[in-house]
Amino acid sequence: MTGKTKHAGIALAALLGGLAMAAPALAQNEQFIPMLVYRTGAYAPNGVPFANGLADYYNLVNERDGGINGVKIVFEECDTGYATDRGVECYERLKGKGPTGAAYVIPLSTGITFALTEKAPTDKIPIISMGYGRSESRDGSVFQWNFPLLGTYWTAADIILHFIADQERGWDKMKGKRIALVYHDSPYGKEPIALLQKRAQMHGFETMFLPVTHPGVEQKATWLQIRQNRPDYVLLWGWGVMNSTAIKEAVAVGYPREKMYGVWWSGAEQDVRPAEEGAKGYNSAALQHTAGQFQLHQDLKKYLYDKGKGFAAKWDETGEILFIRGLINAMLGVEAIRTAQEKFGKKPMTGEQVRWGLENLNITAERLKQLGFENELQPIKVSCEDHEGTRVGRIQTWDGKKWNVSSDWITSDDSVIKPMVKEAAAKYAAEKNIRPGCLVTN
Amino acid sequence: MLYREVGQYKTSYEADQAIFPIAQDRWFVVALVAFGFLVVPLFAGQYLYTEVLIPVLILSIAAIGLNILTGYCGQLSLGSGGFMAVGAYAAYNLALRLPQTNIILVFLFAGVMAMLVGLLFGLPSLRIKGFYLAVATLASQFFLEWAFARVKWFTNYAPSGSVAVGRIELFGIPIDTPAKTYIFVLAMTVVLALAAKNLVRGRLGRMWMAIRDMDIAAEIIGIRPLHAKLSAFAVSSFYIGIAGALWGFLRLGSWEPLAFDVNRSFQVLFMIIIGGLGTILGSFLGAAFIVLIPIFLNQLPAWLGISMSTAAISHIEFMLFGAIIVFFLIAEPHGLARLWAIGKEKLRLWPFPY
Repeated sequence: MTGKTKHAGIALAALLGGLAMAAPALAQNEQFIPMLVYRTGAYAPNGVPFANGLADYYNLVNERDGGINGVKIVFEECDTGYATDRGVECYERLKGKGPTGAAYVIPLSTGITFALTEKAPTDKIPIISMGYGRSESRDGSVFQWNFPLLGTYWTAADIILHFIADQERGWDKMKGKRIALVYHDSPYGKEPIALLQKRAQMHGFETMFLPVTHPGVEQKATWLQIRQNRPDYVLLWGWGVMNSTAIKEAVAVGYPREKMYGVWWSGAEQDVRPAEEGAKGYNSAALQHTAGQFQLHQDLKKYLYDKGKGFAAKWDETGEILFIRGLINAMLGVEAIRTAQEKFGKKPMTGEQVRWGLENLNITAERLKQLGFENELQPIKVSCEDHEGTRVGRIQTWDGKKWNVSSDWITSDDSVIKPMVKEAAAKYAAEKNIRPGCLVTN
Repeated sequence: MLYREVGQYKTSYEADQAIFPIAQDRWFVVALVAFGFLVVPLFAGQYLYTEVLIPVLILSIAAIGLNILTGYCGQLSLGSGGFMAVGAYAAYNLALRLPQTNIILVFLFAGVMAMLVGLLFGLPSLRIKGFYLAVATLASQFFLEWAFARVKWFTNYAPSGSVAVGRIELFGIPIDTPAKTYIFVLAMTVVLALAAKNLVRGRLGRMWMAIRDMDIAAEIIGIRPLHAKLSAFAVSSFYIGIAGALWGFLRLGSWEPLAFDVNRSFQVLFMIIIGGLGTILGSFLGAAFIVLIPIFLNQLPAWLGISMSTAAISHIEFMLFGAIIVFFLIAEPHGLARLWAIGKEKLRLWPFPY
């Protein structure tokens, strides 16, 4: 063997040896939760605060309460870079860890959610896609393992349209209006189209769909079209750098920011700050909560940040939208495990048991107050027919420095959405040969 | 000592023209395939199947396909992702619209559709060469991606543009576990690789190589460029189409056009460059290299017990991966397959190099 081939041989041997190596065993009274995050790549500015929020909440539960009823939470991060194939690899890597395997998975990407939806029924690991994922996955009789808690994109789009109709003083005034959707050209961005078309047909407004290719830094042509057509409203369905680029382009073509409405993934500080003053007046849907610290932050400070155990780089970051969203997402998962423990005993739960916990999740206003989320969330009650749990949201507006809530609680119109969910879920069930029905776990 | 062909006489033309003229090679490959079919299922876990073996095998088929076109016929293509998408969507539509079709037929149909599209986009190769052809195939990549994102019929009017496949059965046996999927993919790979190896050794392969080495000279000795180039495009696209269908059906289960974007094309191209242009073995080595090294680097800190932030691990993965590629290309510009060949040469003389 020459030096060259020897090196190659060593590298190959190390590679094979490494891949065959097993993960170290974990202690018995632990609940393992995998974390599919993206701290690198084009979407990292949005992925990092969310991941920090998740991690901080799990650590807080461990530090403050000693775990969930004494069961310590163990989590492990895996960087997906928002890429679907890498996300699936992370999931496969982490799903079997811990004494009972992964409790649930939070993909934080519509693409990864779609891919994992195919795997969940065989792996028996529920997917929490809070505020994203397939809109029809709300139907728990077909999508038994998916939980798009707090609202799907159809809900989001409907809430925004409700607010716009209110501004126009009634749905009948919407006739003849023109609404453009600037969207990320992926399943994520395409989700609201079906609802917008349905609403357009009902109320006689015109729609215009403008796709933006990943990652969304090139939008000149899109905004030129907007300048030419001058739609009455622009809805923005972007993520990461696409959002700030869109707002900057809107400034460049002089489209009024007051007429722009982003989905809840297009309404974080990271999206508006790069446009500086230009973003003033821009609106977005709020996934119930908005920015700013609240009751829970006292605990965060006491148990984590005062001891230097927090994940966020600066204390102020814990009041940002995506960090709070991470906290909320972690809280919902932890509460689902707690709910499952009430039925199955105070020990680590399997994915199947957590799924039961999610399907029977019932967080009352009183409980929200206990948990420290008062005024941030409305009560949530999940059932087999309704994996969303709640369908309310608000609109928030950026004043140049911070987000302000500019609407009351708006509930999406289920008489419109529910038949669409039924139809889409039935089509999916037919394609995949699924017999709809609620899952029973004993 | 072990690897020596002394005493292996070739007494017939058949023996002289065998794929593996050396007995040790023959036995090694037979043993390897037997190992893949019989021994791997005894110990492999789900992770090894779904994230290591299945993706490497499927992408090896795609790499073989591109190697036929680029490595053997010298036509540079950046459209592999698009042809994979043709295969995946063709298979999806056939399975959706005629659910009773045998899955083998579905995959063959995927290959045939990709072949037809490949022929169409191969036509410019008769007029343009080299980098200009690369640009033309890049156009096909963007066109196909656009078509699958915009023409709703292909995705059965799914609101999100993402499609999902149903239950996959072969002669009544459901292919639902990773182990069954692996065996199926392995069987497909063995058959296709064997066919490719024979194609490139035969008349067709010699035609391709003649065109690659000097197209004018090849034309003068009577090789029709139209025939040679288009057949390379056809066979290559057929392989890539099947790989695309396998990728969609057996690896992803649910996909969107983004799964077959231009990055996929580059990935397959890098596989054959690193593995070795114009070798079948290189397609496998390149696929393994490109798929496994990043995963390996990503998990290395955890195995070594080094605690590091997730972001740092990802950044180190990117940097080391780039460095390793550069290292291998400097060490052996002809790819990993060439390293293997050099190793074999040395092994013949070992332990007594003159």
